[in-house]
Amino acid sequence: MIKAILIFNNHGKPRLSKFYEHYNEDTEQQIIRETFHLVSKRDENVCNFLEGGMLIGGSDYKLIYRHYATLYFVFCVDSSESELGILDLIQVFVETLDKCFENVCELDLIFHVDKVHNILAEMVMGGMVLETNMNEIITQVDAQNKMEKAEAGIAGAPARAVSAVKNMNLPEMPRNINIGDISIKVPNLPSFK
Amino acid sequence: MALKIVKGSIDRMFDKNLQDLVRGIRNHKDDEAKYISTCIDEIKQELKQDNIAVKANAVCKLTYLQMLGYDVSWAAFNIVEVMSSSKFTYKRIGYLAASQCFHESTDVIMLTTNQIRKDLSSPNQYDTGVALTGLSCFVTPDLARDLANDIMTLMSHTKPYIRKKAVLIMYKVFLKYPESLRPAFPRLKEKLEDPDPGVQSAAVNVICELARRNPKNYLSLAPLFFKLMTSSTNNWVLIKIIKLFGALTPLEPRLGKKLIEPLTNLIHSTSAMSLLYECVNTVIAVLISLSSGMPNHSASIQLCVQKLRILIEDSDQNLKYLGLLAMSKILKTHPKSVQSHKDLILQCLDDKDESIRLRALDLLYGMVSKKNLMEIVKKLMLHVDKAEGTTYRDELLTKIIDICSQSNYQYITNFEWYISILVELTRLEGTRHGHLIASQMLDVAIRVKAIRAFAVAQMATLLDNAHLLTGNTQRNGICEVLYAAAWICGEFSEHLENPVQTLEAMLRPKVATLPGHIQAVYVQNTAKLFATILKSQEGNSDSTTSEETTQLLIDRLPVFVQSANLEVQERASCILQLVKYIQKLQQKDVEVAEEVSALFAGELNPVAPKAQKKVPVPEGLDLDAWINEPPSESESEDEQPKAIFTKEEPKHARPRHTEVDEKELAKRREARKQEQANNPFYIKASPSSQKVYQDASGVEHIPVVQIDLSVPLKVPGLPMSDQYVKLEEERRQKERAEKKKKEKKKRKEKRSGRGKKHDSGPESEEDITPAHMVDIVTEEMPENALPSDEDDKDPNDPHKALDIDLDKPLADSEKLPVRAHRAAEALKSPVEDAEADNAGPQESRKKSGKEKKKDKDRDRKKSKEEKKKRKHKHEGKEEDLLGGDANEPVAQSEEPSEAAEPPASATAEVSDLDFWLSNAPVSSRTQEATTVAAAAAAAPTTPTAPSITAPVSEPDEPQDAEMEETKSSKHKKKKQKKEKEEKKKKKKHHHHHHRHSDGGVEESVQNGTVEEDEPLPPMSNYCLLAENAYIKMMGEDADQVCDIQGNLQDGSQVVVSVIFENKCSSFLKSMEFNVLDSLNSKLQRPEGSGPHDGLTVPFQLPPGVSNEARFVFTVQSIVMPQKLKGTLTFIVKNEDSSTHEKLDFKLHFTCTSYLITTPCYSDAFAKLLESGDLKSSSIRLEGINMPFHHLLARICFHHHFSVVERIDSCASMYSRSIQGHHVCLLVKTSGQTVSIDAKCDEPTLLGNVLDEIKQTFSLC
Repeated sequence: MIKAILIFNNHGKPRLSKFYEHYNEDTEQQIIRETFHLVSKRDENVCNFLEGGMLIGGSDYKLIYRHYATLYFVFCVDSSESELGILDLIQVFVETLDKCFENVCELDLIFHVDKVHNILAEMVMGGMVLETNMNEIITQVDAQNKMEKAEAGIAGAPARAVSAVKNMNLPEMPRNINIGDISIKVPNLPSFK
Repeated sequence: MALKIVKGSIDRMFDKNLQDLVRGIRNHKDDEAKYISTCIDEIKQELKQDNIAVKANAVCKLTYLQMLGYDVSWAAFNIVEVMSSSKFTYKRIGYLAASQCFHESTDVIMLTTNQIRKDLSSPNQYDTGVALTGLSCFVTPDLARDLANDIMTLMSHTKPYIRKKAVLIMYKVFLKYPESLRPAFPRLKEKLEDPDPGVQSAAVNVICELARRNPKNYLSLAPLFFKLMTSSTNNWVLIKIIKLFGALTPLEPRLGKKLIEPLTNLIHSTSAMSLLYECVNTVIAVLISLSSGMPNHSASIQLCVQKLRILIEDSDQNLKYLGLLAMSKILKTHPKSVQSHKDLILQCLDDKDESIRLRALDLLYGMVSKKNLMEIVKKLMLHVDKAEGTTYRDELLTKIIDICSQSNYQYITNFEWYISILVELTRLEGTRHGHLIASQMLDVAIRVKAIRAFAVAQMATLLDNAHLLTGNTQRNGICEVLYAAAWICGEFSEHLENPVQTLEAMLRPKVATLPGHIQAVYVQNTAKLFATILKSQEGNSDSTTSEETTQLLIDRLPVFVQSANLEVQERASCILQLVKYIQKLQQKDVEVAEEVSALFAGELNPVAPKAQKKVPVPEGLDLDAWINEPPSESESEDEQPKAIFTKEEPKHARPRHTEVDEKELAKRREARKQEQANNPFYIKASPSSQKVYQDASGVEHIPVVQIDLSVPLKVPGLPMSDQYVKLEEERRQKERAEKKKKEKKKRKEKRSGRGKKHDSGPESEEDITPAHMVDIVTEEMPENALPSDEDDKDPNDPHKALDIDLDKPLADSEKLPVRAHRAAEALKSPVEDAEADNAGPQESRKKSGKEKKKDKDRDRKKSKEEKKKRKHKHEGKEEDLLGGDANEPVAQSEEPSEAAEPPASATAEVSDLDFWLSNAPVSSRTQEATTVAAAAAAAPTTPTAPSITAPVSEPDEPQDAEMEETKSSKHKKKKQKKEKEEKKKKKKHHHHHHRHSDGGVEESVQNGTVEEDEPLPPMSNYCLLAENAYIKMMGEDADQVCDIQGNLQDGSQVVVSVIFENKCSSFLKSMEFNVLDSLNSKLQRPEGSGPHDGLTVPFQLPPGVSNEARFVFTVQSIVMPQKLKGTLTFIVKNEDSSTHEKLDFKLHFTCTSYLITTPCYSDAFAKLLESGDLKSSSIRLEGINMPFHHLLARICFHHHFSVVERIDSCASMYSRSIQGHHVCLLVKTSGQTVSIDAKCDEPTLLGNVLDEIKQTFSLC
């Protein structure tokens, strides 16, 4: 079982948190902080497994993570999951994000956390791995997005236009660009094991 | 209206959406909290609007804020509103929000039940999918109970997308509502063989999760999983299955034997590291389970260790980590094979990766020997110095202590060294493990008598330098050590060189800052020291020392008398008064030393930690019995039910009573005992006479005096323990030299070399004699101690509730709550069926039927039970035979119905498993059975062909072959023979069983059935076609693959299993299977292919190999038997040529094959007969010469009936067709005549079935 899936950046800012067990909001934040603390102090060339922290885990649980550019993808899993399997799953997840967002970068995750959730929901359900085939995941995600578009129909058009205008909102533009470090692209992913 | 919509959407444009919110937060870095609170206010406004789009937008933003740590539970109701939107877009937002912030105590969840149910049955698969995903995150016991049935229905949905989600969520449902496990399990099991790999993977996933917690309940699935393992190519599924086997093998060693070979093959063949690793892991688990009595698996161990070494040596840190992890599992049972890789593991200790170092530490535990302990610990001590993080350092500390103290200090040759190590460890700052060091010190000092003098000296030094340990308040963990030091110095004060100095150190004012329990020990032990000093000064004419000491105590103790800690206070004031009294006596020159030291006479023996628990309860003592009868509840309540006080009093009194009487007393007793065990002040009632210390002979070797006792704790340069390492080396060398001399060995020149090769040298463990002849006192245990160690499981574990026997038949009460008119189960007893069909009027009829039956029932009860037993037997057999064709869908479709049957078929399952496991060859039993069948059929038809012989060399073999030759090659006969042979195999298996079983009656019945020489006609019809180069078998069977949602009226399918066997020496390939469709029956072809296209058989056949393929047929009407013509084309490939061959065959679909064994209860059966919808018909069979129960068994077996009831020579039987026709039989026998009266709602079908029955019996 997967207990939690966390994505945060190099500064520990959460980009996505999915807990398959209930914690209250404060504990969740503490877990994210603690996990970030544990993961961030590790070198680049060490193994991707980590005995969990105090809050999440216990002896049966492990943190399995991958670090892509500015983002950490952390899965907290118990002993029924294969460690290497989960690493592959993270890879599939990131590759799927890359396909769905067309060269995913941290900004995509910042502004479209709901979409990331939807993609994740096609891979992991209630803490159990649902689908590992990327093509299948993308097919389902696309089909749902298509439905959403169809529903929005004409009524959605003005809203889309406005949001496009908002995105072009000139006074805001420089500020967006200022936050430079986030828009680093996820590099070409290492070959799939 | 339209205007309103447009207006709404224009309004919406300027609402803040999620992107705006995120952007806003990023732009307000300085006052983020303030900005967000204004946003939340906006959101609250938006939520008040009627427009669902606005609400959804607000909820979407809330989901984001929730991730940032804001509590959004106040919006739970709005989330439910958005969830119930009819638009998918909004629904998805709602469900996402719910999955992020709903949990069991969210009260609005109960409002969602109907909405979720609606979404689950939505025609849009994504609505259903989104609901399932959401539900998986917030399912509560109530939701699970209410929706279990709906989800179960979805498990057979037509869309694999829904199926896999429904299957997966069942695990969550089981956790929350364990009652659903048994009813849902058969279907879950079916899904293991779902055609969609995703669904299959989900089912494997769920069963693996279930089995991990309660493996024994899933042992019977082992054959199925084995099949999946050997056939699946999906690594995810394989990994899960292999992990599952790892959990199952400890329960069934035979399974392990079976697994070894395929797993070893996988290890050799796979390229996926993840799979390789899991295989190795499971092989290890197997080896552990086999560790006793399986000598010839050293090859497997070697393979594992070798593979793991490759992993550990890999540059990929992940593989290194996993390699070490798996290695530690081998270590437990095969330490020798791991020890040879010591170099590698020690190397990993220096790895820069902490995770890897920790794993290597785990392994060290098994690496140590007397020889290398010091060396390893020295290395670890270096790491302790270097370690910067406290976690890793603490881990090192515990590991050092673990390693040294393992198996009763087995590997420690020099305890002085160990004590110095412990003392060195006290220098660790901020460790949490002070108490661990302290308990080790106490343990060693108490149990190793020879070391006491040394230990006392060290402890005195510690006490002297206590300020170093307590200086920093932050590292108070370590001051626990002082507890041990003070106690050791006090208890063994006779070894102290300078007791006065130590006494002085223990009475420093600074001591008052220590924790209370440590102070208490200090105070008590000053008294012991005092006694020792008095005693030593007694003979002395100069009494100043003792007087000064007395004065010192009188001066210093008042600080402790004022202590806030009661224990300290009490002890201090007692001792103070005592000392004052002694002072008075001293002034009168009275000799008091004798009396004072008598206070502390006697030795404390170590008591094992669990000693109290292990005291056996004396016979005749009932700890649960009341000592005084409690005031009876009924009395007080019945007599004065309205008097408030009398009513309440007993309620209060009783719990208190019980507490004091039982739990509390026991607890207190336990606590006291524990206290006594741990408490150094506790003096036993009958103090054992002080034992004389044996002066250790080895002590001379180590010049203890050389160690400067006043060494300050922080020695510059060499740490103390290092001295011992050197000394030890010298000592060993010396010893060896002496030994050599004694033995007068000639090769003296080698000796000098030995010193260098010290640890790799030929010196064996036994050669190392300990430095001290240590007398390790074992811990005391009560007499007759019970060996059992209670390892209570966590009572809160939710998986405990799922420890359910899945093989037990399903009781009526266990059925999932079904909402009216919803046909949930594909296979159900006609009661339900009838109810579903005509809900109202049937009700009363059922009742009357029941009542009528009642009397009869009572009379028949006895015979019924007996019969049930027998029937059970038959079923058991049927199971076995069926199991022989486990590849065929019938076997699978049988499972659920079997689980629903009233007589327990657990034994059948178990014997099934037994049989599977007892098969020596690795091939699954399925394959075996089919090959046998194939061979039997093959022999007569193709005498010219280079026929293969039956693969299993059995004693029956020649006989069978003979018979085959004598008999004609008519289809039916062959069939029987095949079955016979199969049966013989079964027979063996049964015999095997009898040896184990003890039920005499059952045994004879079973025996009778089995030994009956008559062949049981086949469950599957094998049609045989042969050519000189080729033979083909075909089993045909009806399987109900129709829509399980209860649409039995159409879409019935029949699955035909065909076994192809290559009988020639050439390679057969490009096989194509084609059948000429009739109007009624059609071969299902892949989409896009024409009605006359053949189906490619998905395999090729090398010479002598057989394989099975399945073909699905759609059948419209099942009332008539059918014959279909077909052809098989294939290419025979020789070395030099290849020819195209063709083979014609006929498929025979009997009506019987459309029947499915379905259980039926007698009242339902009666109701069915009374309903009057059934047409009747009857036949008579003459000259039947077999016991009645065999006859019934046959009908059950060949024609898929189940016995409803049997009285003497009369039995009622029931079956159902795949299209839902009820078929009822009343079988009566008298002499050699059997009459069968039958009723069915479809007369044609009935007629055909009866004809087939007749034919079956005419053949025997």
